[in-house]
Amino acid sequence: MHGRPRKAPKPEDEAASSAKAQKLRALQTQFFSFHHNKIYTKEAVELSAKLLEINPESYTAWNYRKLAVEHYLNLPDCNPDSIKSVLDDELRVVENALRQNFKSYGAWHHRKWVLSKGHSSIDNELRLLDKFQKADSRNFHAWNYRRFVAESMKRSEQDELKYTEDMIYANFSNYSAWHNRSVLLSALFDKKAEGFLLKEKVLPEEYEFIHQAIFTDPDDQSGWFYHLWLLDQTVTTDSPLLASSWPGHGSDVLLVGDRCYNGSAFSPFSALHSDSGSFPIVLYFNQPVRGVNSSTVTVECGFNKNEDLLWKPLSASNSQTARVWVAHLKVPSSDLHSTVEVSVGHTKGIISTRGFEYSHPSMLSFKVHVQPMERDSSQVSVAESISLREENFKVYGKQSEESIIDSFDQLIIKNGRETTASNWRFEALAKEIECFRELLSLVDCKIGKLTLARLLKAYDAMSYPFANKLVHSEEVLELYSDLMKLDRTHYQFYKDERSIVLLQKYKDSVSSAICGPICLRLNNLSLSRMGAFEKLLWVEMLDLSHNELQSIEGLEAMQLLSCLSLRNNKLRSLTALEPLRKLKLLRILDISYNQIGDHSIDTTRYVCSSPLSHSVGSELNRDETVTSDVALINNWEAFYIFKDFNLNQLDIVGNTIADEKFKSVLVKIMPKLKQLDGKLLD
Amino acid sequence: MDHLRMNGAYWGLTALDLLGKLDSVNVDEVISWILKCQHESGGFSGNIGHDPHILYTLSAVQVLALFNKLDVLDIDKVATYITGLQNEDGSFSGDMWGEVDTRFSYIAICCLSILCCLDKINVEKAVSYILSCKNLDGGFGCTPGGESHAGQIFCCVGALALTGSLHYVDKDLLGWWLCERQVKSGGLNGRPEKLPDVCYSWWVLSSLIMIDRVHWIDKEKLVKFILDCQDVENGGISDRPDDAVDVYHTYFGVAGLSLLNYPGLKAIDPAYALPVDVVNRIFFSG
Repeated sequence: MHGRPRKAPKPEDEAASSAKAQKLRALQTQFFSFHHNKIYTKEAVELSAKLLEINPESYTAWNYRKLAVEHYLNLPDCNPDSIKSVLDDELRVVENALRQNFKSYGAWHHRKWVLSKGHSSIDNELRLLDKFQKADSRNFHAWNYRRFVAESMKRSEQDELKYTEDMIYANFSNYSAWHNRSVLLSALFDKKAEGFLLKEKVLPEEYEFIHQAIFTDPDDQSGWFYHLWLLDQTVTTDSPLLASSWPGHGSDVLLVGDRCYNGSAFSPFSALHSDSGSFPIVLYFNQPVRGVNSSTVTVECGFNKNEDLLWKPLSASNSQTARVWVAHLKVPSSDLHSTVEVSVGHTKGIISTRGFEYSHPSMLSFKVHVQPMERDSSQVSVAESISLREENFKVYGKQSEESIIDSFDQLIIKNGRETTASNWRFEALAKEIECFRELLSLVDCKIGKLTLARLLKAYDAMSYPFANKLVHSEEVLELYSDLMKLDRTHYQFYKDERSIVLLQKYKDSVSSAICGPICLRLNNLSLSRMGAFEKLLWVEMLDLSHNELQSIEGLEAMQLLSCLSLRNNKLRSLTALEPLRKLKLLRILDISYNQIGDHSIDTTRYVCSSPLSHSVGSELNRDETVTSDVALINNWEAFYIFKDFNLNQLDIVGNTIADEKFKSVLVKIMPKLKQLDGKLLD
Repeated sequence: MDHLRMNGAYWGLTALDLLGKLDSVNVDEVISWILKCQHESGGFSGNIGHDPHILYTLSAVQVLALFNKLDVLDIDKVATYITGLQNEDGSFSGDMWGEVDTRFSYIAICCLSILCCLDKINVEKAVSYILSCKNLDGGFGCTPGGESHAGQIFCCVGALALTGSLHYVDKDLLGWWLCERQVKSGGLNGRPEKLPDVCYSWWVLSSLIMIDRVHWIDKEKLVKFILDCQDVENGGISDRPDDAVDVYHTYFGVAGLSLLNYPGLKAIDPAYALPVDVVNRIFFSG
C-alpha cells in the first residue's frame, strides 16, 4: 500500500493480477478448511507456509501454525529432536515471510512466540538482527525484537550501549540508535549503575558525541531530540522544588471586604479584595507532584486548624497530580493581625511524576491582616458594571518601579541549596552555549538558533533569582524572531515560545483602581500564549485584551483572579475556557470579539472535562430538567464549562456563537449572572 | 488484503460519511456481513473465515456506530471479549496469542467508550501501561522502550484523551516532535528522517489537535500536499503524489482535510476517529 507508482492498468496486468488473486483465493479456501476442521497434517501445515510466503499478513495462518505446533508438542511420541525440528521449521517460515515483508507484525510476533518455547540462541538471534539492521537501520520491528532478545537473554545494558555507539559511528543519521541509547542510559542512571552514578561525568561525553551528529549535518533531525534530552538532564533537578507561592514569604497580606482600603503601609500587591471569608494559599511547584495534603504541608496560624485544610490539585479532570496546589484558609470577620507559617515537605509524601521525593523542606511565613467591612454590604451597588477601561484606573507611578520588581520576585522561592551544588550544570551549559555560537558563526541554521535560545533560557532560569535580571532575554527574543522568518512553516511554534519569554521579562504596565485592586495590563503585546505564572500568582485583575491568544492553558494557577479580559483575542471554542473553571473568585469575564463558533474542529475538546473523556459524569444526560431541553444538549460545551462558574458579569458579543438563542442558554446555565453584554438581567 | 476487509469497511464508509455520501451504501448488507464476522468469543474477524482479533472488533463497532446501529450488538458479549484481553500490567493483547502493543490499548479504550462501558476494564492500569511506553522525546512506542512513531503516538494520546489523562503528556515536548514531522514539501512524515506520507496527515495531525498544538504546523501547506496526492482522473488518494491510490490513504487524506477545516467535509473527532455528529449522538442524545 506504500510506495507503489501510479500507473494506468493495462489489460495484461489486469489478467495477471486476476489470475494471481484466483490462485490465492483457492489456497485460502483450502487453508480455511484445514483450519476450521483442525487438520494439522504435514501437507496441511505446508499449505499454510505457502500462503504466508505469498501473504505474510494473513494473520489467521500464523494462528493456525501455532495451533499446529502445540498439536505436535502434545503428541505422545515427541522427543527433543522432533521438537527441535518443528520449531526450526517455524523459524524458517518466519524468515521467509520477513524476506517478503520485513515489517510484518504477524511474522515478528510468531518468532517471539517460538522463542518462548525455549528455542534458538542469543547469537543466532543477534545474527539475524544484524542482517535486518543492514537492510534497514530504522526498522522499528527489528529494534523492538532486539530489546526483547536482550532482555530475555539477559544481555547487559552496557553491551547494548556499545552496540548503539557502533551503529551511530556507522551512520549518525540513525534516530533509532539514538533513541535506544537514551533508553539504556536512562535505565543505567536510574539503577545508579557503576560508571553511571554521576551525571556530571557521563553527560559531557554524550554532548561530545551528539555534537558530531548535529554539526556534521545541521539539517538532519536525528540528533536534535537526543540533545534536548541531554539538556533536560543537565538542567532539571530530580526532586521537585517549590518555585513560587502566594502569599509570598515575608509578605503582609491585607484582606479587605470591600473595594476600599486605607492600608498605605501595605503594598497593593499583597491585598486581596474578597468578601468570601477566606483566602487561598497557592503553592506552585517546578513540576507536577502528587501527595500534597495536610500531613505533608502544615499551616500553623492562630485562627484555623491545620487538619481542616483541604489541599486541591489544580489540574484538569480528577487527576491527583498538578504543578499548582491550593487550599483555602478561613478567616474570622473581626479585626485580626496574625502570623501564618506554612511548612512544605517536612513530612515525606510529596512525589513528582517521575517518582522523586520532595527533599528540600521549606517554610513560608507571612502576616495576615483582616480589615472588617467598613460599609454595609447592602449599600454596595449590585448593578455596578466594572469596566477595565484605562480611565477607571490610575497607572502605577515610575517611582514605584523598584518595589514592583521586588514584589514580582517576592513570590519566587530562592532555592539556595541548588546553586552551590550545581557548578557542573553551569559549566556544561556554558560550554554548550560556546559550541552553538561557534556553529552559528559557520552555518546559519535553524537548530543552531533554536538550541542557543533554549540554552540561554536555561542558563538564565538557573541563575535567576540570584542575578536580578534575565541577562539573555533580549538575545533570546531576537533568536525567536529570526526563527519566525527562517522557518516559516513553524512560525506559530516560535511565536508561542517568544510570548513566554516576553512575559518572563515583562515588568511594566500595572495600574491600580483608585483604592482598589491592581490591574495588570498585558494588552497589545502580540501574545499568542500565556506563561510565567509563577510570577503572576498575586494578580486579581488581568487585562489580556488585544492579543493573539488561542489558548489560556495554565491560567488556572492565578487563583486570585476576580476580573479577566480576553477581549479581542483568538479563542476558538468554549472548551478553551476550561482553565477558568478552577478560578473560584472570578466574577467578571470578557471574552468578546474572539472566534468562538467559527471553527468546526475543536482543538481543546479533550483538555476540557466532559463525558467524552470520561472526566465527568454525564450530568447532562441524567438530570431530567436538562435532558428535556434540546438547546442545552446542543450546547453541551457551554453546559460543562459554565455550570460551575460564579460570574456576575459576562461579555460575549462579537463571537459567531453568541446569538440570542445561545445567550438565553447561558442565562439558564448561570442563573446568578447579573449582566450579559452590558445588559442587566433580572 | 482480504484479511483486513473489516478495516477497509471502516476506512471506506467513514470517508463516505465525511463526504456526506454514507447513504449511497446498502446498510443491511453491510450489517449482515459484519455480524457474520462475529465469533463465539464476542470478537470480530477481518473477514468471514478468519480468526477474531481486537483490530477488527473496533472497526466493526465503529461502522455500526456510523449507521447508528449499535443496538444490533450484544454489548456485554463484545465487552467480555475485550476485557478478557487486558493483561496484569494493564496492557492489552491483540487476541488469544498474546501480542502486546499500545495500538491495542487504544482500541480497547475506544471500543468500550463507544459502547459506553469503559468501566469494565481496569482504566488506571491501562493508563499506567501506556505511560510506561512514553519516551524521552515526549512520544510513545508500541511497548516500553519502543521508538516514538506517529501511529503509536496517535494511539497513546487518543487513549489518554479518552480517559481524561492528557495531563500526563508533556504537550510542549511532544508538540515540538510532532510539528517537526512537517517537511519542506508540506507533507508529514511519521518519524525523523523518513518520507512524508498522507496517512501521517491523520496520525500526526489528530495527535496535535488533541494536545492543542496544531497551530505549530503550516496547515495550508499540508492541505496542498494532501490535494496533490489525489488521482484526479480516477479518484482516490495515494501515500505520496503520483503513487497508486488505495482506500486506506483515501480515508486518511479525507480525514486529515476534515481536521484542517477543508470546506464541504463533515468534522471528524480526533480521538474517536468518527464524525463528530456520530460521537455526539452517542454521548449527548439524552
